[in-house]
Amino acid sequence: MGFLSIDNVTKSYGAVRVLHGVDIEVEEGEFLVLVGPSGCGKSTLLNMIAGLEEISSGEIRIRDRVMNGVHPSRRNIAMVFQSYALYPNMSVAKNITFGLEMHGTPKDQREAALARVAGMLQIENLLDRKPAALSGGQRQRVAMGRALVRDPDVFLFDEPLSNLDAKLRVDMRTEIKKLHARLGTTIVYVTHDQIEAMTLSTRIAVMSGGHIQQLGTPRQIYDDPANIFVAAFMGSPSMNLLPARLHVSGQGAVAEIADAEGAPLRLPVRGNFAGWDGRAVVLGIRPEALTDPGGADRAARDVVALRNRIDVTEPAGADTFVTTTLAGRDVIGRLRADAEVRAGQIADLAVNMDKAVLFDPETELRIG
Amino acid sequence: MTVEGASRTGHAARALIYLVLLLFALFYLLPFGIMVINSLKPLSEITGGNMMALPRTWTLEPWRAAWSTAQIGVSPTGLAPYFWNSIKMAVPAVALSTIFGAVNGYVLTKWRFRGDTLIFGLMLFSCFIPFQIVLIPMARSLGILGLAGTTPGLVLVHFVYGIGFTTLYFRNYYAAFPTELVRAAMIDGAGFFRIFWRILLPSSGPIIAVSVIWQITNIWNDFLFGTSFADFDSQPVTVALNNLVNSSTGVKEYNVHFAGAIYAALPTLLVYVVAGRYFVRGLMSGSVKG
Ligand SMILES: Nc1ncnc2c1ncn2[C@@H]1O[C@H](COP(=O)(O)OP(=O)(O)OP(=O)(O)O)[C@@H](O)[C@H]1O
Ligand SMILES: [Mg+2]
Repeated sequence: MGFLSIDNVTKSYGAVRVLHGVDIEVEEGEFLVLVGPSGCGKSTLLNMIAGLEEISSGEIRIRDRVMNGVHPSRRNIAMVFQSYALYPNMSVAKNITFGLEMHGTPKDQREAALARVAGMLQIENLLDRKPAALSGGQRQRVAMGRALVRDPDVFLFDEPLSNLDAKLRVDMRTEIKKLHARLGTTIVYVTHDQIEAMTLSTRIAVMSGGHIQQLGTPRQIYDDPANIFVAAFMGSPSMNLLPARLHVSGQGAVAEIADAEGAPLRLPVRGNFAGWDGRAVVLGIRPEALTDPGGADRAARDVVALRNRIDVTEPAGADTFVTTTLAGRDVIGRLRADAEVRAGQIADLAVNMDKAVLFDPETELRIG
Repeated sequence: MTVEGASRTGHAARALIYLVLLLFALFYLLPFGIMVINSLKPLSEITGGNMMALPRTWTLEPWRAAWSTAQIGVSPTGLAPYFWNSIKMAVPAVALSTIFGAVNGYVLTKWRFRGDTLIFGLMLFSCFIPFQIVLIPMARSLGILGLAGTTPGLVLVHFVYGIGFTTLYFRNYYAAFPTELVRAAMIDGAGFFRIFWRILLPSSGPIIAVSVIWQITNIWNDFLFGTSFADFDSQPVTVALNNLVNSSTGVKEYNVHFAGAIYAALPTLLVYVVAGRYFVRGLMSGSVKG
């Protein structure tokens, strides 16, 4: 039995069902990230945990207490909103302690709690200001302070960093991670940024169309995607997906990619592909597995050399991303920054097949 | 206008602009000016002379008479008692309709329920019902409630009639108020009225100003409801002014009538001078705010 249990929960607005039977068990101290494209139901699920949206069917429990129908203020949760939702007419100090005041905490305890949180977030010098007189990053901190001061069972974050500029976002991301390490409080965090999901979480729930597509650790989600959606959604640039034909023999399996010019490209794949001999599959190769020969992983078991025309190069500082064509499709490779490639040239490339994944083109599910 | 633009616009052009503005201002102020001038003259100067001329002898006598001794209907009381009637009617009616409008707007935007748009539609509809249509049903209702001919009766009429407008104002204002703030306050443990009082109301200054000004103007200036539903001792000042002007006994004291009319118009005038800019600001705030 988890610390936070989401048990076959659905949500419907009238006849429209936006969440279909969601099951998640969260252990105490976990950092669960709900990630998925816009409109997939992440906020809806989070709001149901918070008690801001009614649960159409199923059950949500925190510490084995059924939360269905319990008022948001009695769930011992705290929430950070995307817009921060700071009360515009109150000072920072009032904003942070308003919840304590509403819960009848005596004034001296409120002040002690305020001092503790303000110290933790380094906002002591802002306490008398109104939210309008704060920068975006400062508002973000105050919003976190308002959540922290309550010492809740579960923190709920709804895209808390999406209104910050890129640099601040990375800083705050690190800070949230530090905070979690320090407090050890259970967190459910919504984002549509897959990098945030990967870096912050202990587990990720990838959602799409009101379904949980996959629930697992960042590594599982990244290396063992359950289906094409998860494979394509997680990772940046996203995974190259190529139509291929599988040939299974005594020596192992080979994915064959038809090429307009010359012989088809034969790429060895590992796994259990019984019954897939001769059938069409979708081959997934991450950009970092398509690289310059010098950059290929030396520990890799299956590396295939390849000469191909480079169409576009995009130097990104630490790496250079290149676009080339395989089986008539654009694919992206990730080369070392000092690899000598230029657009229009034929270049030597290496494909690391160790982490290649295969999918059934019809069901889009992982095979092998 | 930018600094550069201002300096490029020549002095001549500026003078012209001010001249035109001045002319318009004069044109609009003329009727009021004539009222003021003639209210400060003895009657003989009006009947025997030029309305536009300044008084030869200045006197405050018409003002005193209009306030406390002029014949209103049958009794020589002046406008004073009726002025107080208007205040006793307008203050509670304005306050009640604004408070209820604010709560309605809050519920209709932040505590949505089944059929709320229908209810709002009906309330909106009440803004467009002509006064005349409700006269007879309202008289009947006041009779049943035992409020016929009383100031509380008038308060009720104006309160009910005003609530449609005030609800419209507050609903539109609160529709732009972030719902996440209400949700945050819910999680913080604030209840229905606490959220209203501590979170919404402190940010409602501009729309309260709009509602109050609109309601004061309408209720103070109302004649039809006053003349239909009030007794002699509860008549508002607008009705009394009419009676003053129409008093059949003796000569028509135009100077007293002018003074009386200014008395009757003074509160709304004052409200506009003091709070007019909030009115504009409040009406604009919905569109300016993000
Ligand atoms: N009140 C409502 N009535 C009908 N449908 C709604 C309502 N609220 C949300 N939805 C629908 O529910 C789905 C999920 O919405 P939700 O806000 O949870 O998406 P999200 O995953 O948080 O997206 P985003 O990343 O854009 O915030 C959407 O398709 C949305 O249109
Ligand atoms: Mg959302």
